[in-house]
Amino acid sequence: MKNHSSINVDSHSKEFETKITNQNTNLDLEEFETKIIKKPKSINDSFTRKGGDFPNVTHYCAGCGHGILHKLIGEAMDDLDIQERSVMISPVGCSVFCYYYFNCGNVQTAHGRAPAVGTGITRAENNAIVMAYQGDGDLASIGLNETIQAANRGEKIAVFFINNTIYGMTGGQMAPTTLIGEVTITSQGGRDPDSTGYPMHMCELLDNLEAPVFIERVSLADVKQVRKAKIAIKKALQVQKEGKGYTFIEVLSPCPTNLRQDAKGAEEFIKNHMEKEFPVKRFRDKSKETKPLVRNESDFSMESLDKIFKVDRKNDVETISKTDFENVNVKIAGFGGQGVLSAGLTLAEAACSEGRHVSWYPSYGPEQRGGTSNCSVVIAGDTIGSPVVNECDVLIALNKPALEKFKEKVKEKGLIIYDSRIGEYKTDKKIKVVSVPAVDIATSCGNPKAMNTAILGVLMEIGKNKNILSKDAYYEGIREIFASKPKLIDLNIEVLEAGAKWMRENSK
Amino acid sequence: MANQMNASNNSPTCVEIPGSKLGSQMTKGNTAIIIGAMYAGCDCFFGYPITPANEILHEASKYFPMVGRKFVQAESEEAAINMVYGGASAGHRVMTASSGPGISLKQEGITFLAGAELPSVIVDVMRAGPGLGNIGPEQSDYSQITKGGGHGNYKTIVLAPNSVQEMCDLTMKAFELADKYRSPVVILADGVLGQMAEPLEFPKKAIEHIPDDNWAVRGNKKTMENLVTSIFLDFNLLEEFNQELQVKYKEIERQEVDFEEYYIEGEDFEDAELILISYGISSRLSKTAVDIAREKGFKVGLLRPISLFPFPQERIFQLAKKNCEFVSVEMSNGQMLEDIKMSANFKDIHLVNRMGGNLIEVAEILEKIYELLNSENSKSNSSYDKDNKELNEPYIEKKYKDEINSENNLNSRIID
Repeated sequence: MKNHSSINVDSHSKEFETKITNQNTNLDLEEFETKIIKKPKSINDSFTRKGGDFPNVTHYCAGCGHGILHKLIGEAMDDLDIQERSVMISPVGCSVFCYYYFNCGNVQTAHGRAPAVGTGITRAENNAIVMAYQGDGDLASIGLNETIQAANRGEKIAVFFINNTIYGMTGGQMAPTTLIGEVTITSQGGRDPDSTGYPMHMCELLDNLEAPVFIERVSLADVKQVRKAKIAIKKALQVQKEGKGYTFIEVLSPCPTNLRQDAKGAEEFIKNHMEKEFPVKRFRDKSKETKPLVRNESDFSMESLDKIFKVDRKNDVETISKTDFENVNVKIAGFGGQGVLSAGLTLAEAACSEGRHVSWYPSYGPEQRGGTSNCSVVIAGDTIGSPVVNECDVLIALNKPALEKFKEKVKEKGLIIYDSRIGEYKTDKKIKVVSVPAVDIATSCGNPKAMNTAILGVLMEIGKNKNILSKDAYYEGIREIFASKPKLIDLNIEVLEAGAKWMRENSK
Repeated sequence: MANQMNASNNSPTCVEIPGSKLGSQMTKGNTAIIIGAMYAGCDCFFGYPITPANEILHEASKYFPMVGRKFVQAESEEAAINMVYGGASAGHRVMTASSGPGISLKQEGITFLAGAELPSVIVDVMRAGPGLGNIGPEQSDYSQITKGGGHGNYKTIVLAPNSVQEMCDLTMKAFELADKYRSPVVILADGVLGQMAEPLEFPKKAIEHIPDDNWAVRGNKKTMENLVTSIFLDFNLLEEFNQELQVKYKEIERQEVDFEEYYIEGEDFEDAELILISYGISSRLSKTAVDIAREKGFKVGLLRPISLFPFPQERIFQLAKKNCEFVSVEMSNGQMLEDIKMSANFKDIHLVNRMGGNLIEVAEILEKIYELLNSENSKSNSSYDKDNKELNEPYIEKKYKDEINSENNLNSRIID
């Protein structure tokens, strides 16, 4: 790859080689230590969070790859001067204690959830450089969904995936990345693909996605590979520094304890087995052509909120508590699509505009599957108890099943208004029954769909002497309901009036 | 107000009756949650679709971006709650919403939030269970929400609204309490509250929340030293932390008990002998039952817990000493009844409940009141009398019945 940083490091490593040569002739120990041995400042000098008697020793086993990788990340953080902006997410696994070591903001998370937690952090704090450090069980098994989805959203997170083919901390169980034939404590005869499938190739999997900016697999097998790994890590963090999006580095790493290897054996295992299964390569680098992701600033002002919710604070309606006002319980029922719920809402809006206490409750169900629906509207003079209407004063039935279902729930002296297409209905009870040719009325105004409004017009006319809701209230209700479709307001008011007119003409 | 609501002087806090100004917008309960959250300065919403909480997600996706706030439709409930963990780690006000099956999945995240002491708000619009159950209303998440729910010795503060106004107001309060105690707070609502609409008085203030740099991890110099974690390797340290949590919960129990009383003790009426205890939508039905029964002269009242953790234990204990009888009115299998029983020193508690997505009917509550107060009045000619039960069955002519039941007409059936 011909990129800026690789040239840098190449020259850097040349420098290193020169230094080694010089070392033989002219020992400059101080300079040597500064360049090579000294801990980066992004790694703590002493691991006080660890507690115990040995604050300068890591909790990792001898020969473990985590220490090397920690240092490489720390060095890259130093090189890019991003320590203050950095947030390291510790996973569950051996690296659960990443926060002992990284000298930056630290968040420890649940098993496999680091990319989701990272999403939360990066969305909340746009300037933070978020790193998720995860093992193979954490990332490729329990957290696979979070991993893929965060990558697919292109979150601004640098994921470091430590692949050592095994669950380390829990005692060496088989991981999704365990090689075929590899012996672990849960694959004691060697991993058998017939029962456990095949090693999971995470770089290849994520490389199918559009959003990731940078994907590379590196290895910690030997010094040369470690140097290459450093280049990749720095590259990934450069992308983060510029806020460009998702980067993924898979690191093939030794676990001598669980794999029962010595230093030589670990190196050979990585080189001869892991690298064969998981080829070390740069899968993707879109860092040059990718532009920084810009996120908006949050606005917390009252003015903006009032604006988006259309709150008019000067025009508040006083809700009148009238104790002598008898509750009116209304049930509206019919087919979905007949405007059952919106007729109820119109009525509720009307009552609301008049300062009444009011509630609207829809029967909610799998409406998308068709079927009928109903809603309850309670208009009251005082705080409303049950918003659910069982026994009603007014029933508006838009189809036959609705009438059949609810007609017995209408109280004495109540009112039933129904669509005349249902056919004739009579009752012995003291109930006023009105059959309304609602579709005809609505059609005469040019919109048969507004049949529910025609029925509201009838209700308005019947109730006009009862001081329940004024004409203005009904008008206001319609204006509220059709606020987003202003063209329909006048039409519906026309239908409303036509309904009222029909009632006047037929009330004898 | 005719039906005076009064809280006893002994009660830790009493509820102010909503003012007379209600504003002029009919608002759905689920929408009111988002309105409350946004005026409370909630910066990020992370959620996953589930009925009957969907509108919360819809409204968040609509309104949050309008003012530059952050909305992510997560890939799963677990991811959503962990995004909340991330946003809360950064000290921002963040929230998520779901219903029973989703809340069960979120429990992992909630125990981590409690363990890492991260302020956050979770809304549970309960539906019927167990398992997939259905999308009808139920209150059966009571135990999993009020008792912690995940692993470990923790609790969440739980607030139970019973109106659209409270869906908004208690969401605002939830964010305050979350910050005050550095704890997750759950709004425990139900399908009816989520779906119904009532006039909403908009919040009178909009809060610009400033993250607390003392503990948040924000990716800046000030917060570099901070660590958000719930892991304590040392047994003694973890025990110490657990004890600190219990001290916090005791403090919450002292400070934050919130409930409303209706016709329990007062000067204008006789003290209640029978007390309904009910929260959320059930309390609205109970209130109507109390109105009807009081009109007939029954000495019945309603105690409505607004905070479910902390539960109004002391008040119930007090009333139990007065020899009051209690009825738990809940849409679950006596989950709240257990808390009442414990508060009332293991007195027998009566139960009126429905399950499976069915709402309790006012008639069922009245029936229990009449049965327990055992008065001649109960035989009075009420439209709610159980003798009339047959009348409540819809009368359907056979011809229509066949028509309705025939396969072609399956779609025309009423969905309750």
